Amino acid sequence: MDFTLDEEQEALRDAVRGLLKGYDPAVDAERRRQVTAEDPGFDEGLWARLAEMGLLGLPFAEADGGMDAGPVEVAVVCEEIGRVLAPEPYVASVVLAGGLVAALGSDQQRADLLGGLAAGERLLAYADGEVAEPVIQGARADTIVWHVGGEVFVGDRPTGATAYRTHDGGRAARLELDRSTVVPLGDGGDVSEVVALVTAQARIAACHEALGAMDTALRMTTAYLTTRQQFGVTLNRFQALTFRAADLYTALELTRSIVTWATMVAAESDDPAAVRTAAARAKLQTARAGRLIAQEAIQLHGGIGMTAEYAVGHYTSRLTAINHWLGDARDQVATLSADLAAHTVLDPLEA
Amino acid sequence: MRLRLTEDEAAFREEMRTFFTTEIPQHVRDTVAAGRHVGKDDYVETMRTMNAAGLAVPNWPVEWGGRDWTPLQRHIWHEEMQLACVPPPLAFNASMVGPVIANFGSQELKERFLPATANLDIWWAQGFSEPNAGSDLASLTTRATRDGDDWIVNGQKTWTTLGQHADWIFCLVRTDPEAERKQKGISFLLFPMDSPGVTLRPIELIDGSFEVNEVFFDDVRVPGDLLVGEVNQGWSYAKFLLGNERVGVAPVGATKRALATLKQTALDLGHLDDPLVAGRFVELENELLALELTALRVVAHSADGKPHPASSVLKLKGTELQQAVSELAVDLAGPLSLATGSDTVPEWAALAAPTYLNLRKASIYGGSNEIQRQIIAGTILGL
Repeated sequence: MDFTLDEEQEALRDAVRGLLKGYDPAVDAERRRQVTAEDPGFDEGLWARLAEMGLLGLPFAEADGGMDAGPVEVAVVCEEIGRVLAPEPYVASVVLAGGLVAALGSDQQRADLLGGLAAGERLLAYADGEVAEPVIQGARADTIVWHVGGEVFVGDRPTGATAYRTHDGGRAARLELDRSTVVPLGDGGDVSEVVALVTAQARIAACHEALGAMDTALRMTTAYLTTRQQFGVTLNRFQALTFRAADLYTALELTRSIVTWATMVAAESDDPAAVRTAAARAKLQTARAGRLIAQEAIQLHGGIGMTAEYAVGHYTSRLTAINHWLGDARDQVATLSADLAAHTVLDPLEA
Repeated sequence: MRLRLTEDEAAFREEMRTFFTTEIPQHVRDTVAAGRHVGKDDYVETMRTMNAAGLAVPNWPVEWGGRDWTPLQRHIWHEEMQLACVPPPLAFNASMVGPVIANFGSQELKERFLPATANLDIWWAQGFSEPNAGSDLASLTTRATRDGDDWIVNGQKTWTTLGQHADWIFCLVRTDPEAERKQKGISFLLFPMDSPGVTLRPIELIDGSFEVNEVFFDDVRVPGDLLVGEVNQGWSYAKFLLGNERVGVAPVGATKRALATLKQTALDLGHLDDPLVAGRFVELENELLALELTALRVVAHSADGKPHPASSVLKLKGTELQQAVSELAVDLAGPLSLATGSDTVPEWAALAAPTYLNLRKASIYGGSNEIQRQIIAGTILGL
């Protein structure tokens, strides 16, 4: 039982944190606004640097151009991305679309697609359904991985797709499948089980991104409470405010525990069902805590939190987006309700 | 990062599970499982069984019956005990006065009290809270004044849990009213409950139970050698004790078991087909899981046996979830929850409301949840 990172993982975290430092809204509040104001809504230069560091191929086999790392390393990267609210589509492109290629693709497909993704030369997007919307970075991606009725196809981005802005500063598009332009990923046929597992892995990664964002939102809020003055004193003199901050800390720590646990399950378990359930549990807790922290971060700031110039509201927007992406709380409750009678007590060590 | 227990840890867990499910009398475990009040004899029998196996006071120094366990082993011991519906060793003995005597008492006090305390030959009561010293415990006014070698105690304690069973009481008393700070003039005194001048008055609680008492002291004479440690140093011993109290106060295993039992009832009655009911079970199970994992994080990273600052999170959330489970039970019982005096409605339904009412105490004792928020905001968040 060990919830801590090893030395190599800590080094990875420090390296990613160092790379992203200049993108931290707390360091440069305008940079993210400028980047997200124009298509594609993220910084292609930073994307290239993530590729140079090997992060875009992190979870893939070395033979496919990857780094052969596991869920813990992916979690480390996602948390740092969330911490500074980097708009780069890491989970969508690398963990989800790339993860499907890694799990299903033929040797040739993996070499082409993952090699290009890892090198920062080919952006992947994931589309769910014949008519898919919103497809994250669907108008910018070079290659679309389609999930349709349990089967997975791959093909070039359809022509004519146009990007629109999502409320969190990202980009998405509506895509329609043209079967004449796609081929099966790998052997084809029903691969719902694989899709469910990779989606669960992406769900856990998204929870880590949310965790990083929640951590920053709380940190900004407590910093504000200790500096902002009203009635001649700093706001932390008002117990009505500090007690709410204590509740946010409680929610954050519970979420950190369950999300970290889900990553350990993903790293250690051979049972896809256990990983899916752990992902659902992490996502549910993240949705609850994410909403609470996102709302309270603005409320405890007051009016300044509503402004686009100030970063905290963007954290609220991003946390809201993550909550409703890859299955929201309602979906997770439904999934977990179906399993209620299958266990007496939950045993986190037996997952 | 590593989730799995090591082979040794897994074997230890199995050993604990086997012990608690086979060695503790079934009638005691049935009482706990049903949510009925545990009587004195059941507490005594259970703790003696555990003590005979060396499992009653693992947190004590080894020479006095403690075990040189890792924090994780202690956590496993505690969880398996709760999951098996075993009443824990009496907290006043095992978690409170025992560690204080073992750490701060004279050799004579240790020899006199520790073996009897571990075996529940002495039932201890906690004399801390007073009518005007609750969360602000250091404001206590019960006085002990010198009379030769003895102390003469006057004043009143309250919320003395299970004091009706107690043989002895450990008390915080003011020995220097002139001290610069109110924390500085407090001492830690032990005396028998049948000392002349001690009067116990039961307090009836809103669920009709008698768990707590008022204790009055009227010129109670206490021999000087029953003062633990040094005069006027009692507050530091009390802080040490309250730190221990907070660690064990998140009843994760017991709440998990209560929720699992309620879930089985709901399943049998078809209530889980109602998505609103199923959703509440899902949310509670999930939060309990997050709490348990947080407890494991605290356990895995607590240094030198000192309570992790995040232990306040455990108390706060642990009691909230304990209360939430009791709330769900009342809601499932519905109108039957009114039938507390009936012998025809199922026992779980008849007990639902009294349990719910009784558990309102959980967010008040052990450092109220407002005190825990104060600690989190101040110590952790720097507010």
